Amino acid sequence: MLDQLPILQVIIPLLAAPLCLFLRKPRLVWMFTLIASAACFMISVLLLQQVASQGDILYSIGGWAGPLGIEYHIDELSAFVLLIITAMSTIVLFAANTSIQKEIPENRQVFFYILYLLSLAGMLGIVATGDAFNVFVFLEISSLSAYAMIALGKDRRALWAAFQYLVMGTIGATFILIGIGLMYEMTGTLNMADLAERLPEVADTRTIFAAFAFFIVGVCLKLALFPLHMWLPNAYAFAPSMVTAFLAATATKVAVYLLIRFTYSIFGISFSFTTLPLQEIFVALGLVGIFAASITAIYQTNVKHMLAYSSVAQVGYMIVGYSIGTTVGLMATLLHLFNHALMKGALFVALGAVMYRVGGVQLSSLNGLGRQMPYTMAGIVAGGLSLIGVPLTVGFVSKWYLVQAALETGWWPVAVLVLLGSLLAVIYIWRIVEAAYFKEPAEGATPVKEAPLTFLIPIWILVGANIYFGIDTRFSVDAARAASQSLFGISL
Amino acid sequence: MTFTSETLLILSMVLPLFATLGIAAFGKFPNLREAFTLATSAVVLGLIITLYQRLMSGEAISLHLWELLPGLDISFTVEPLGMIFALVASFLWPITTIYAIGYMRGHEEENQTRFYICFAIAISSVMGIAFADNLFTLFVFYETLTLSTYPLVTHAGTEKAKKGGRIYLGILISTSIAFFLLAIIGTYMVAGTLDFTPGGVFDPSVNKTVAGTLLVLFIFGISKAAIMPFHRWLPAAMVAPTPVSALLHAVAVVKAGVFTVLKVCTFIFGIDLLAVLPSTQFLLYLAGATVLLASLVAMRQDNLKARLAYSTVSQLGYVTIGALLASPYGVLGGSMHIVMHAFGKITLFFCAGAILVATHKSLISEMRGIGRQMPITMAAFFIASLSIIGVPPTGGTWSKWFLLMGTMETAQWVIMVILMISSLLNIAYLLPIPYRAFFPGKSDSNLQSGMKEAPTASVIALSITAVGCLVLFVYPQPLFELASSILETSEIVHGN
Repeated sequence: MLDQLPILQVIIPLLAAPLCLFLRKPRLVWMFTLIASAACFMISVLLLQQVASQGDILYSIGGWAGPLGIEYHIDELSAFVLLIITAMSTIVLFAANTSIQKEIPENRQVFFYILYLLSLAGMLGIVATGDAFNVFVFLEISSLSAYAMIALGKDRRALWAAFQYLVMGTIGATFILIGIGLMYEMTGTLNMADLAERLPEVADTRTIFAAFAFFIVGVCLKLALFPLHMWLPNAYAFAPSMVTAFLAATATKVAVYLLIRFTYSIFGISFSFTTLPLQEIFVALGLVGIFAASITAIYQTNVKHMLAYSSVAQVGYMIVGYSIGTTVGLMATLLHLFNHALMKGALFVALGAVMYRVGGVQLSSLNGLGRQMPYTMAGIVAGGLSLIGVPLTVGFVSKWYLVQAALETGWWPVAVLVLLGSLLAVIYIWRIVEAAYFKEPAEGATPVKEAPLTFLIPIWILVGANIYFGIDTRFSVDAARAASQSLFGISL
Repeated sequence: MTFTSETLLILSMVLPLFATLGIAAFGKFPNLREAFTLATSAVVLGLIITLYQRLMSGEAISLHLWELLPGLDISFTVEPLGMIFALVASFLWPITTIYAIGYMRGHEEENQTRFYICFAIAISSVMGIAFADNLFTLFVFYETLTLSTYPLVTHAGTEKAKKGGRIYLGILISTSIAFFLLAIIGTYMVAGTLDFTPGGVFDPSVNKTVAGTLLVLFIFGISKAAIMPFHRWLPAAMVAPTPVSALLHAVAVVKAGVFTVLKVCTFIFGIDLLAVLPSTQFLLYLAGATVLLASLVAMRQDNLKARLAYSTVSQLGYVTIGALLASPYGVLGGSMHIVMHAFGKITLFFCAGAILVATHKSLISEMRGIGRQMPITMAAFFIASLSIIGVPPTGGTWSKWFLLMGTMETAQWVIMVILMISSLLNIAYLLPIPYRAFFPGKSDSNLQSGMKEAPTASVIALSITAVGCLVLFVYPQPLFELASSILETSEIVHGN
């Protein structure tokens, strides 16, 4: 059984999805989905332990050994990302049943869970697989289900947002496919380990340069790196709250994973950063992204829009850490994957609670909520402080390593800009705080009650995690360090 | 039952936090709630005094809690400089509470429970800052202090309070993240440790430009010390209720700032290295300019609290100068000035609040002849003014004395002249207030006849602190010993 964990990780949600159709009743389906997701979470915990004790896990599908058969390859990095995805998916699901009562018509609720599971399966597949073409297949599974989930949003603009995402996402996926195709043409293999072995021989060809460029641009579309982020704000803002929470906490993380996997493990860092000028481009784009997106976030009146732009900015931090190109820099990025999932998860679930009670997430609909929904709003404030990077929250830990990595390399200006960027977060978070605590509710608005426990429990689990992992950093830092060092080929 | 010193140390930080639960629970019963606050503050004062006695008996008290990241510990230690700060804050907390009871009720403020809760959290942070054993621990509590005092600044909830709160939080958080945190990380990269070490953590052969840059980042980053141009938060914070302005913005918050500056100068850089850094002289002049400019601005303020706020900016500059002089007398004077200024300024703020409650006046020009109705308050105001100016028989004399000796010792003649001029300016903007209060000249029609002293609780509080200013002149010995032992810990290491 334990040997089968890598495939179970992907197959459970994939098979659970059609089974939902038999259950019919939304509540039952919700329980079933929750159980499936929790099972995935347990598996990812076991996988992480296995990898930590025994090293990489190679799993051949159907017993056909690679490179001919399809291989699943779990190392420290993928185990870490799998854990983030399954944990966030499970916590978000806690609140999902209550949240979608008000946001998705009853006859479509079952579809929501099916899509959710498919999307989860797709993301887990991307991370677990050791086969480049498989990546594309799972990418399509997760993306197509994500488009459909976004389109379930109550607001009619959700359709437009989903369509926008569909077009951009498809372009991205096609680019990735072209990239993979060109690699296959030059090396004759799709197995990642094989690719890594054979690419250096042909590295100096125009085809490989093109493959690299196509792949990187495609992935950047998926991870919403500035200026390829245009699809993200609307998609997040108009999707049902739980979809936003789920995607914000996981989807971009998977794209960052892909970027790291291909550049570090397959193309190799010297090819990516030295032969091709990825480093300079990414540092510049990351920094511009941090500022442009944060400044845009300040001017938003829809809080989901605001946090969506903030996500674009946070991707900027991850990319900056990634492109510093040292173990500490990569570690900062990986830590931020984990930490950002916790912050944004907490914030978006809390916004879901606001949506549930108030029916809107305009800044003005938050007026006076500090008194009416004290626990939810306190959760938003705590999540916001973490986003800013106040000490004793996870945000501080990421920033500490990111700045340290920049200073270590002698990039003073980058360190300063990173810290200045977090000040912009103070401004937009404080707009929320002022609305919630200083403004009176609009005349004639009916007072609302505190959110139900199905919201408060996941919100406070996530807020607690934001604080816990900001104080006891052993787990996240060790996992990120192990993953980062293994990518740099430093044996422990 | 006797506690170990480590337990006392933890309790001094944790008790105020636990008190918040009690305060929240008794929220509906003002008498119980305030009795509870008062009792907690008295216990904390007792704890700190016990710690003080144990420190003076030569006991080494330190405590390592846990390691956050490799090299980043949360740990505490009791040393003389921190003890001075902790003593001041814990002594003035119960007194401020007594004052607040009179003020908040007399002024019929709302949300009093929230007020007492945030106050207790702020005190807990102050203890954390005072006893922090490394820069990181200090930074954590520095930020908690900012965040916990934000609701106090915006207490009134009005548009003006909100705006003041924005400036307050904006400047304090921005500088602490953009400069202070950067300086901390930079220090960690260069020196490899953040522990406060007598004599400093840097190797003597450290690159002077790098260390000098770090010093600039520290001084700007610790904007609680209100060095220009990052002083604007202090006047902005004056929208807070007077007890807040009194304890937090004359004592806890601002003193946390200058305390951090002193701590960084003596225990991170060490006065020997500080003396040879290229940026020290520039920063000294900047602090000197702050002292002068803030005094000049203070003269032009008609709002009493605003005048006191700018006076605070100016007086904080004294402590920063003391730290940057990089001489034993400078450190001595600077650390004593923390105490002297605390007593003087808190009295002045108490008086301002008492006048506001009793007469609803906040403008100085309306206060002619007020001494007839409020003799105790205005007498206290007079004594405290003398202490700020630094003339006998008040405590302020000593700190200014040692600061001047520090300037002579290091031959900083320009700074010496600045300190002299500033004292004259202090006279010009402080003394006319009590003078006109008692000798209004022509009879003034502004004052109603039915006016009387402020609430008794408030008058008691401000009398205690005014007497404190006098006692500190007659009996500065304990403080002097404490302040000079900061030097010794540094000096011993220098000898080696």
